[in-house]
Amino acid sequence: MINTTLFTNLLALAPDTHAAASHAPAVTEVGTGPKWILLIIGLPMLTTLLCGLYAMLGNKTKLPAWTTVAGAGIAFIATLAMYMSFDGTPYTVHAFDWIQIHFGDKSMIANFSFYIDTLTIYWMLFVTGLATLIALYASEYMSHDVGTSYCRFFGAFGLFVFSMACLVMGDNLLMLYLGWEGVGLCSYLLIGYFYKKPEAVAAAKKAFIVNRIGDLGLALGVYLTFVHFGTLEYAALFNDPALLGYIDSAKTGGFSAIPTIAQWIPLLFMIGAFGKSAQFPLYVWLPDAMEGPTPVSALIHAATMVTAGVYLIARMYPLFLVSEHALPIVAWVGTITALLSATIAMAQFDIKRIMAYSTVSQLGYMFAGLGLLTTTGAAFHVLTHAFFKALLFLACGAVMHGFAGQLDLRKLSGVAWMKGWGIVGVTMLVGCMNLAGLPYITSGFYSKDMILAEAFITPGYAMIGWILVFTAILTAYYTFRVYFRVFVGPEHAEPGDEHHDDDHGHEGHDHGFHPHPPGWAINIVLITLACASMLAISLAYIDKAEHHGWAGSMMAQSTASFHSPYAEAAHHAHIEHTEMHAVDGPVGHAAPGTVFGMDAHTGMIIVSGLGAIFGVLVAAFFHGPKGWQGLFLGGRTEAAKCRMDAVAKRMGPIPKMAENKWYVDEIYHTILVTPLRIISHIFHWIDKLLVDGIVNIIGLLPRVLAWILKPSQSGVLQGYAVSMAGGMVLLLLVVFVLILQGGAS
Amino acid sequence: MDHLLQSTQLAQLAFPEAVPAVTMAHYLFVSAAMFTMGLIGFLTRRNMIIMFLCTELMFQGAGLALIAFGRHHLAADGQTFVIFVLCVAAAEAAMALALVVLLFRHKETLSAQAWKELNG
Repeated sequence: MINTTLFTNLLALAPDTHAAASHAPAVTEVGTGPKWILLIIGLPMLTTLLCGLYAMLGNKTKLPAWTTVAGAGIAFIATLAMYMSFDGTPYTVHAFDWIQIHFGDKSMIANFSFYIDTLTIYWMLFVTGLATLIALYASEYMSHDVGTSYCRFFGAFGLFVFSMACLVMGDNLLMLYLGWEGVGLCSYLLIGYFYKKPEAVAAAKKAFIVNRIGDLGLALGVYLTFVHFGTLEYAALFNDPALLGYIDSAKTGGFSAIPTIAQWIPLLFMIGAFGKSAQFPLYVWLPDAMEGPTPVSALIHAATMVTAGVYLIARMYPLFLVSEHALPIVAWVGTITALLSATIAMAQFDIKRIMAYSTVSQLGYMFAGLGLLTTTGAAFHVLTHAFFKALLFLACGAVMHGFAGQLDLRKLSGVAWMKGWGIVGVTMLVGCMNLAGLPYITSGFYSKDMILAEAFITPGYAMIGWILVFTAILTAYYTFRVYFRVFVGPEHAEPGDEHHDDDHGHEGHDHGFHPHPPGWAINIVLITLACASMLAISLAYIDKAEHHGWAGSMMAQSTASFHSPYAEAAHHAHIEHTEMHAVDGPVGHAAPGTVFGMDAHTGMIIVSGLGAIFGVLVAAFFHGPKGWQGLFLGGRTEAAKCRMDAVAKRMGPIPKMAENKWYVDEIYHTILVTPLRIISHIFHWIDKLLVDGIVNIIGLLPRVLAWILKPSQSGVLQGYAVSMAGGMVLLLLVVFVLILQGGAS
Repeated sequence: MDHLLQSTQLAQLAFPEAVPAVTMAHYLFVSAAMFTMGLIGFLTRRNMIIMFLCTELMFQGAGLALIAFGRHHLAADGQTFVIFVLCVAAAEAAMALALVVLLFRHKETLSAQAWKELNG
């Protein structure tokens, strides 16, 4: 049953009456924009160059941090100005000619120019905004490394913002590819920031190599796009008559009329998106990427870079619509990823890794949203997730920073009650509530609801909806597991193994360990992000022109605009209720558009809201401390002992397997890495024996000949003379014979 | 063509009559004999000065053949060539004898055998 729905495009299911309501992007005029837009690109690059200069001059102050904060901050203000001055017409800004190749009547043009529409602005607003905040946070967090390493960190940081801006703002697929590789490079550089630590080096390599697999898909997709549509520029591509024609035939389910090559393009893009956004089966690099400094985890591996895959699909949405299988696969892969990584997150003890798996899981929600034709839901979840996940990471980072690298939730307890840690405790609570999706009071709830509701609105996808609801309960559980274990309860802290000389001059644990609470920079950033994730609720309500609020209206004006016919129908459910029932999906147990007889949005608010509360209560019961801090459910009196231990013992090997990430890394190692390694060894020996062998034999030939002929160099003068005379005689004989024969013929 | 004709006339002027009793074959025989004696001498003797003299003998054998052919064809090329060979031989003799002197000073012997260690 699932299989029949798995490969059925939603568009093909759309009833004809509703197909009229769905509108693909119409032909739009593209204007040219003001040049100051280039500031957004140029400033981060400038900060990178300045950080390089500081490093060369041997700067030992926090100047690189302030430069980066200023650069990213001005870029953010410029982005705000770009948003304010945007009048609804997409435009391009030309920086300089980059690649222009003409052959025959075709030409490949990829200029260094930028395409600005609402999708671009939406993405750049939170990329530059979060970059500014996290650079400020990092100025304090990285302060132990002041010097060349500090310059290196902020240099890569600026380069990342530049690459991300190229990725999001580029006006052609080649610019996107440039940015895509650029952010991959910066991710590699920053994961491997502590390059003397073998784990960090291994994690950086793993991230880079796994991403290469996805990048290959993206590169092939770009090639195919050019081969098929003859252009890489968005403005020309999205107004291509062939593409608009395909979308029209896709609406009526006529996929056989669309060339296979055009249907392959989104499948290839999809592989690229899976790599960058850490989706199954390419998600394995992201949890390991936590070896990098925490600000990097927050900015690159939670808030911005990993959403590049979501951006790619949203940007290329018209191309995805013409493929019969691409979007359903995206939906299912996202769902599987969400569930799988949530189960892993439940059993981890490293709080930063829990956050990493939850990032993978939440990205799964975004992909499910994209696959379910709600780009708005996906984009809104990207935004809220960017705020609350950056907040969670930064709060975890503050703990890690203060407790000498301690991340094990069994070794920390009651952090919120320690002196100077109140702000971290409160902001962490805000972040956890958002991630858990507590009903009505958190922005994470609204964005998740958009995606969940869409799964029930769309016929045939109720299964995805139920899996995601179940995952939401798991999410609430593992999120508050961290909170109840680390931030409340009896005060207890064992320091980690990162000892650095701090101001007090004491060394290690001999004189007792004093955690140092976060300073003003970290606290300000945490408070700002907590406020931002609460204020994001309002974005679901303002701008009622579109029924999905501000995010909806931003998506509606961009290429990601597509209105699922079912969403429209559900919005006017009371009018068209009977008609909806006429379109029963292949999965019979849930009537499309309804949950327990209610319309999908109301039903989801109740179901997912109750699910989130249930998850929190379960976490409180198993991990919460005694008394009100554990909601009067918990019974934990020590840091390391809780009710879950007994349950875990009863469950046999399952918790251990989940803690070991279901052995996915080991499976990959066995079925992919080991065979590849064996093949590479075979090739190594072929190269060494066959190729090198041939060359060496050729090289050996003169030596062997010399060895054979050496005895003739006897040193006896007469011997030489005889051989010379003999040679002459032979030569003469030959000439003589030849002449004789010549005379005979 | 012109200068060939002139040189032919010049040669006939020098030898107004052919020597009927002595033919080309006689000259070549003497030349071959000189060359062979030189070669045999070079191969059999060990004394470097003798060996050097033998090479000179081979030179002159070859030179005689050249002159004979030149006369036979009534062309001056052979004689010209021999003049050059004589010049080169003279220069070479100066060098070779100097070398022999040097080699002798090293080993106090003229035997080529003494320099056997200069093998490959």
